[in-house]
Amino acid sequence: MKYIDEFQDPDLARRLLDDIHSTVTRPWALMEVCGGQTHTIIRHGIDQLLPDQVELIHGPGCPVCVTPLEVIDKALEIASRPEVIFCSFGDMLRVPGTGRDLFQVRSEGGDVRVVYSPLDALKIAQQNPDREVVFFGIGFETTAPPNAMTVYQARRLGIQNFSLLVSHVRVPPAIEAIMQSPSCRVQAFLAAGHVCSVMGVAEYPELAERFRVPIVVTGFEPLDILEGVRRAVRQLERGEHTVDNAYPRAVRPEGNHAAQAMLADVFEVTDRAWRGIGTIPGSGWRLSSRYREYDAEYRFSVTGIQTREPAECRSGEVLQGLLKPHECEAFGTLCTPRTPLGATMVSSEGACAAYYLYRRLDITNASLEASPVV
Amino acid sequence: MCLAVPGRVLDIEERDGTRMARVDFGGVVKEVCLEYLPDLQVGEYAIVHVGFALQRLDEESAKKTLELFATLGLLQEEFGDPWEPVAQAGGSPLPAAGIDTPQEAEK
Ligand code: SF4
Repeated sequence: MKYIDEFQDPDLARRLLDDIHSTVTRPWALMEVCGGQTHTIIRHGIDQLLPDQVELIHGPGCPVCVTPLEVIDKALEIASRPEVIFCSFGDMLRVPGTGRDLFQVRSEGGDVRVVYSPLDALKIAQQNPDREVVFFGIGFETTAPPNAMTVYQARRLGIQNFSLLVSHVRVPPAIEAIMQSPSCRVQAFLAAGHVCSVMGVAEYPELAERFRVPIVVTGFEPLDILEGVRRAVRQLERGEHTVDNAYPRAVRPEGNHAAQAMLADVFEVTDRAWRGIGTIPGSGWRLSSRYREYDAEYRFSVTGIQTREPAECRSGEVLQGLLKPHECEAFGTLCTPRTPLGATMVSSEGACAAYYLYRRLDITNASLEASPVV
Repeated sequence: MCLAVPGRVLDIEERDGTRMARVDFGGVVKEVCLEYLPDLQVGEYAIVHVGFALQRLDEESAKKTLELFATLGLLQEEFGDPWEPVAQAGGSPLPAAGIDTPQEAEK
């Protein structure tokens, strides 16, 4: 248990781990949906502290990673236009499009700006009435309400030089798609806590029942993850499959009504392609027709995009939990954060980045030990 | 980006018809929109994501989380200059200025 001393409350961590160890009688595979949770797990070695029978499968919950290549290419195209100020969260800067990324567009003279909040992009639009300000609106149910509010405010304040390039995704349809896949091994889900802070838990009982799969709403800190795993394993051992909230300090069952109402006003559900995975029905949001004039895809009709994914990158399998990052041949050789082939290597929530940052030395040592000494 | 950080409301004002607050995240102060938690009061804690308060949080758990995030360097990741690590990873110089946000972080 080499990492346990780093836990905020090592005694509690040990008690949770003991409980998990004494509860488990056979192998179980749990998927943590959220990329933030993947990073906590790898950073603190939680997967290595758990009993061998408990396997954590990393899920597709990294919005940066699943944004389709076509949308990235559209962003690059729009950001290159001289009249445009292109605003984005910092995570998107080095996500590879076909042949280049936003960082390169900026060094070639494009006006690409990093903002902390979508409201900052709106402010930039107010300050630059003669330019077109475009915000790259990606993210799950946690990020969609801020972006929806920004579009609502743009209309309310009559700001016309602002638009959103939208690629929002929703968790429940992704869970459904994972469970329906013939290669699915997932037996329980750790659901993403902050998504549920917004949406509540109402969308999950039907999924838990239909697929007979426990869904435990889980936070992001090391102890939260252990508690989520503990509750999921308890259910599995008892043959139960209910929705359980292991993150009540931040998740009320009803979620945030004001945010849900804004989502329903500004967006509408649409089919969405996930990078590396393919189209999942009903898994995204786009601006509703009432807000069409704020849709950057409509405002800048970007056509003729020819996307090209690097053949070596297996991030689609990584995102579906079918492959661990270090099992990809390009990991750490062809593909590093400096020369990323896939978004999963550069996103702050990407699984390949997590393994590269926190596991690379372990992996190298293990392969050195495994190879014969010459 | 997906990290949501707890912060404490310092003061509240109405701006352009919108309820906004200055929120303290363990020393970094940012402007935050309160439209999704309209009854949040000065001194209370909330989980904030990309400049929006999304859910109330009790003081004790908020402080614990902030402490942990500070130890792990996550606050720097969330509020620091995003160009710098990107430029380092890309092996090229910083393109022009760092933070582009009109609301500069007050340290
Ligand atoms: S290591 Fe690189 S090439 Fe391999 S799956 Fe991850 S991002 Fe793709």
